[in-house]
Amino acid sequence: MEIPRERLRWIYERMALIRAFEDRVAQEFAAGKLPGFVHLYAGEEAIAVGVCAHLTDRDYITSTHRGHGHCIAKGVDVKAMMAELFGKATGVCKGKGGSMHIADVDKGMLGANGIVGGGPPIACGAGLMAKTLGTDQVAVCFFGDGAAEQGTTHEAMNLAAIWKLPVVFVCENNLYAESTPWTYHCAAPDIASRAAAYDMPGILVDGTDVFAVYEAAGEAIARARRGEGPTLLECRAFRYYGHFQGDAVSYRTPEEEAAYRQRDPIQRFRQTVLSQGLLSEDELDAIDTTVQHEINEAVRFAESSPLPPPEDCLTDVYVSYPVEQLAFRH
Amino acid sequence: MAREITYRDALREALREEMYRDERVFLMGEDIGAYGGSYAVTRGFLQEFGPERVRDTPIAELGIVGLGVGAAIGGLRPVVELMTINFSLLAMDQIVNHLAKIYYMFNGQFTAPVVVRTVEGFGQLAATHSQFFENYFAYVPGLRVVAPAVPKDAKGFLKAAVRGNDPVIFIEHSLIYRNRGEVPDGEDFVLPLEGAEVRREGQDVTIVSWLRGYYLALGAAEELARAGIECEVIDLRVLRPLDVETIVRSVQKTNRLVIVEEGWKSFGVGAEIAAAVQERALDYLDAPILRVASVEVPMPYARNLERLVVPNKDRVIEAVREVLYQRLPAPLTR
Repeated sequence: MEIPRERLRWIYERMALIRAFEDRVAQEFAAGKLPGFVHLYAGEEAIAVGVCAHLTDRDYITSTHRGHGHCIAKGVDVKAMMAELFGKATGVCKGKGGSMHIADVDKGMLGANGIVGGGPPIACGAGLMAKTLGTDQVAVCFFGDGAAEQGTTHEAMNLAAIWKLPVVFVCENNLYAESTPWTYHCAAPDIASRAAAYDMPGILVDGTDVFAVYEAAGEAIARARRGEGPTLLECRAFRYYGHFQGDAVSYRTPEEEAAYRQRDPIQRFRQTVLSQGLLSEDELDAIDTTVQHEINEAVRFAESSPLPPPEDCLTDVYVSYPVEQLAFRH
Repeated sequence: MAREITYRDALREALREEMYRDERVFLMGEDIGAYGGSYAVTRGFLQEFGPERVRDTPIAELGIVGLGVGAAIGGLRPVVELMTINFSLLAMDQIVNHLAKIYYMFNGQFTAPVVVRTVEGFGQLAATHSQFFENYFAYVPGLRVVAPAVPKDAKGFLKAAVRGNDPVIFIEHSLIYRNRGEVPDGEDFVLPLEGAEVRREGQDVTIVSWLRGYYLALGAAEELARAGIECEVIDLRVLRPLDVETIVRSVQKTNRLVIVEEGWKSFGVGAEIAAAVQERALDYLDAPILRVASVEVPMPYARNLERLVVPNKDRVIEAVREVLYQRLPAPLTR
């Protein structure tokens, strides 16, 4: 598949930005500057970027607890994301959501999601809206191999199939549901083959190869836009960090982790574009430099931003009246 | 002008009018289309509005509430029907973790104005089909929870819920669908989703309840009136936000409060009301606040046993006499 040069640059820039963001978050967390749970996406960049390359701001995605990569691939501002992780007023959700609940409606990002399996029905609802209103919007649902075992995912896939909704299910199989190996938790030889139960195409993709993801996602998204219904993509990749920062990662060996890096999605992309002369080393390095600068700026911005004012605690509980009134009324 | 119609017809009118008013409004649920709804609320709607707007779904409560959330974010106005409140347990994650929280945790960027209609009740359906879970929803900030007892409220609340921008849990009761009452004419009759209402005035004892319990309270009040005891009956109407002020004002007059609820007593809506009232009106109370509630067992099937479990008019009368110190406290049954 021919990819225009500008899009190749975009793909590299987004993957590099996700990696730099996640590596930096790991550092900040280790330094005790970040609270809460952070689940890092490093190693899986090719999936979010290869899929979102086909989407516009009007298309929707739902995400997971491991959502930073999806946000960045969908174009959410990294300064506002970093500020959100720091719990600051300038965060994308003004410090009320945190890492697991980043949403940006202007970018069609309907939320990272703290509940495993929370996103699939919501993506289907967005797809139902598009189909009902006759728009050409598509909803992509990212979920992990863990969520593949949730009933909600299967309810959603069935609903999408019976109503031919413009939804693409992207299962990011990173081999472990928290600590449980997917070969233990999944009865099928692969997750993609479960699509057969819902009479939709199910495609197994190398999730460390952004070109493979790009091609498979392009076809699935085009199919959804044509009104031909949902597709299930299973993209296999590795998560470099633990399930969350602070995870002892006792369930896999250092050798296994080292082997992951042999198939690093960013390095693979570099090798391909350099060997085929599509982009030059200089321009890739320049992108790396810009990305590093952007992340440094994001951290500076987050650190220097104010905390949310106390009165924000009571806003946006309900649309139609302030919660202060509710508190008084009980 | 007003007409007398049934509770069921009030709901039907509300849905039909809103579906004609706004083409973004659509219905989704199990057996609501071709079958017409388990309680016949949507009978004929499929023929009238077509399958895009009256969507029969698989039996997948979690999935369909989630679809409602996504569709509402995208701009549609879903009314999701959960066949009974017993099955709402399967949808709890989407209701509690998503529907109720999206507006707050994403800092007001978008909301999910889904109306979830569901129904509670009993009638020899046994343990899994005879439950009262309004407290589960009323516990959750971000949800509005309404429980209309009379046709007027059923219509005015449902229309307001569809038009509003907050998620609403709309709880009906299977044993009051045929109850009749006056409903104002006009397609723009809507009611704010808040506020309890004093429906019968009296100075001796306040009885507060909702849904079928309201009718028990009213029946007890009428019987007690013949014995010279005047009860003030409050229809709670809305469980969240809870209108404590109306109850407190009444208690300041009567100095006695009986709460009638069909759910289990422990950790129920009645417990919340009692706590809230004593916080504000302890000095006005001349007797302990009493709760008439279901006996704390899973609902038995046999008719005679079921009757022992759910509240009835006589138990309400006994409770009223007890707060008036006209009878000895009932022995502890728990």
